[in-house]
Amino acid sequence: MTAQASPLATKAPAPATNPPAGPPKSKRRGRRSIFVRRPFFTVSLIVALAYLLAAIFAPYVAPYDPVLQSYDAMMQPPTAAHPMGTDSYGQDILSRTIFGARFALIIGFFSVIIGAVGGLVIGLAAGLSGGWVEWGLMRLIDSILALPSLILAVAFIAILGQGVDKVVIAVGLSMIGPFSRTVRADVMRVRVQGFVEAARLMSIPSLQVVWRHVLPNVIFPLAVQVTIRISEAILVSSSLSFLGIGVTPPTPDWGLMIAEGRDFVSFAPWMSAMPGFALALLLIALSIVGDGIREEFDPKGRRGA
Amino acid sequence: MNALPEPKAQTAPTPGAAVFELIEVEKTFQIRPPGRRFTRETVGLKALDGVRLRVDKGTSLALVGESGSGKSTLLRVLLGLDAPTGGRALYHGRPIREARAIGRDFARDVAMVYQDARGSLDPRMTIEALIAEPLRHFNIVPKDQIKSRVAELLNRVGLPTDAARRYPAGLSGGQVRRVAIARALASEPSVLVADEAVSGLDVSTQAQLLTLLRRLQKDMGLTLVFITHDLGVASYLCEEIAIMYLGRIVETGPTDAVLNAPAHPYAAALRAAAPRFFEPMPDPLPGEIPSPLDLPKGCRFSTRCPAAQPDCQTRDPQLGRFGPARAVACFHPLASPET
Ligand SMILES: Nc1ncnc2c1ncn2[C@@H]1O[C@H](COP(=O)(O)OP(=O)(O)OP(=O)(O)O)[C@@H](O)[C@H]1O
Ligand code: SF4
Ligand SMILES: [Mg+2]
Repeated sequence: MTAQASPLATKAPAPATNPPAGPPKSKRRGRRSIFVRRPFFTVSLIVALAYLLAAIFAPYVAPYDPVLQSYDAMMQPPTAAHPMGTDSYGQDILSRTIFGARFALIIGFFSVIIGAVGGLVIGLAAGLSGGWVEWGLMRLIDSILALPSLILAVAFIAILGQGVDKVVIAVGLSMIGPFSRTVRADVMRVRVQGFVEAARLMSIPSLQVVWRHVLPNVIFPLAVQVTIRISEAILVSSSLSFLGIGVTPPTPDWGLMIAEGRDFVSFAPWMSAMPGFALALLLIALSIVGDGIREEFDPKGRRGA
Repeated sequence: MNALPEPKAQTAPTPGAAVFELIEVEKTFQIRPPGRRFTRETVGLKALDGVRLRVDKGTSLALVGESGSGKSTLLRVLLGLDAPTGGRALYHGRPIREARAIGRDFARDVAMVYQDARGSLDPRMTIEALIAEPLRHFNIVPKDQIKSRVAELLNRVGLPTDAARRYPAGLSGGQVRRVAIARALASEPSVLVADEAVSGLDVSTQAQLLTLLRRLQKDMGLTLVFITHDLGVASYLCEEIAIMYLGRIVETGPTDAVLNAPAHPYAAALRAAAPRFFEPMPDPLPGEIPSPLDLPKGCRFSTRCPAAQPDCQTRDPQLGRFGPARAVACFHPLASPET
């Protein structure tokens, strides 16, 4: 007994002396701030928020009017007056990049919302209906999903025409397929779970079961998907602009700016590089934020970790 | 003179006292024949075959049997989740499916504790919300008393009050079962149905839960139907026992009487295989349990029965009376009916 007690006694104070690194860490893991545990997430979130602020307050933070052309200042390399240089029309690239964040985020956000809402409706219908309705919906989704979202967006643009609103709709429609697929998979997973049958056993009406038990368990993974797919939507919309079929010129859109600078890339590389860098940084930040949210709150991911 | 009233009293004792009555219940699942995936034809799998069972008000019944003997299917029929394909399943004298369809009373009166207690609780709801759901749904207490009733229920199953704010993921296996029991009790049921409610837990947690269930059953006058693999659990918790084999109840009666002197050879084999209580049943018998797709001719136990006689292969024994309180489905019962 004494032999057993002594190692215990010597062991016990050890963790007590260094609480920050010892067992308390794992015990209070859920309570410690996500910002401390995930530095990359925090940095990315700050970057994404900076873009958001820049987009919202673009008229106040941008030094110039983004579409103000100036023949005195064409294709200037970065200077104090124009920190990112000017383009072939003498437009200030920094101002255009800041306003570009506005278009990128607006297009990304609203097209993802269209995709998510459409996907939620179709996915719920397919997952809950079964039978012919489900079969028809899934064949529809399959045929849509077979095409990459860029190709699909090009097709919708061909029907709708160019412009910011058209790009939002085209990109949004092209994302309904993947969204409905994940929603349906989640519905099927949730539908067979014990708590849904337990609710049925309690004779809770099925619409209420869907509303109270199925939807909350489907909405959350969907919200995570939304944060992840915003970057995809921005990329697709920029690609459309780059191809010259998205938003129309003088609009300060990154894809458009990259395309415009392409002809001058050998002697005025900043024209493409600046918006390209802005786009890449935002995409990286958004995907890290999305991944962080998913890993933090997805019960499946947490079990694996 | 004497012979007439007596059998009458035995076959139909005080109508209305039976909560559940199953009369020759059959449940056949139509499945694809095994090994042939691309076919439209189906074969019938008799998960329940000629089940006779009567659950009286206030009793506790243990349902035991090997895996695949149809215990869960029987429970689903009792709960009205599956309709029997043959026979009649009655709840207070009315078909169960009908009783369930008619309103919320059946759902309120018959509560279930799932084997997978964690899976039966919505992971995105707090314990308080989970227990409040039946309180609200069945209008058990006025809105402003829900909180205190939840605390009362938690207290009754031995959980601290601050568990109310937690999520199921933050509770241990034993605690989750307690939550499931509290939730089942919330609707103030008179019947509690539990599918392996204590299996898979360590012995001391099992013992605590069993004591809890036994106390609740006694205090609240619950009718308890309890599926278990464990004869010790059955004898501790339940006055009555029903032993199933391949979709049929082969012996019923008071737990002590049946376990002390089993009459059906299968019940005897179970009893012999589990000499010590509080241990799950090991394989009770040599030989594979026959497939329910291809039941043996005559008695379904004849392929493994040590007491089989030639007539066992030709006729199928039904569950018949064996003494005043017991019933057995065997032509050559081991014990003699006590008088
Ligand atoms: N939905 C279903 N469709 C087809 N067959 C089924 C279905 N449910 C059960 N069965 C079959 O019915 C038989 C009885 O199953 P049941 O789940 O009732 O057994 P059990 O006694 O509860 O077993 P366990 O102890 O393993 O839970 C099994 O052969 C099973 O394969
Ligand atoms: S009827 Fe015959 S085979 Fe069946 S259990 Fe009784 S003795 Fe065994
Ligand atoms: Mg079962």
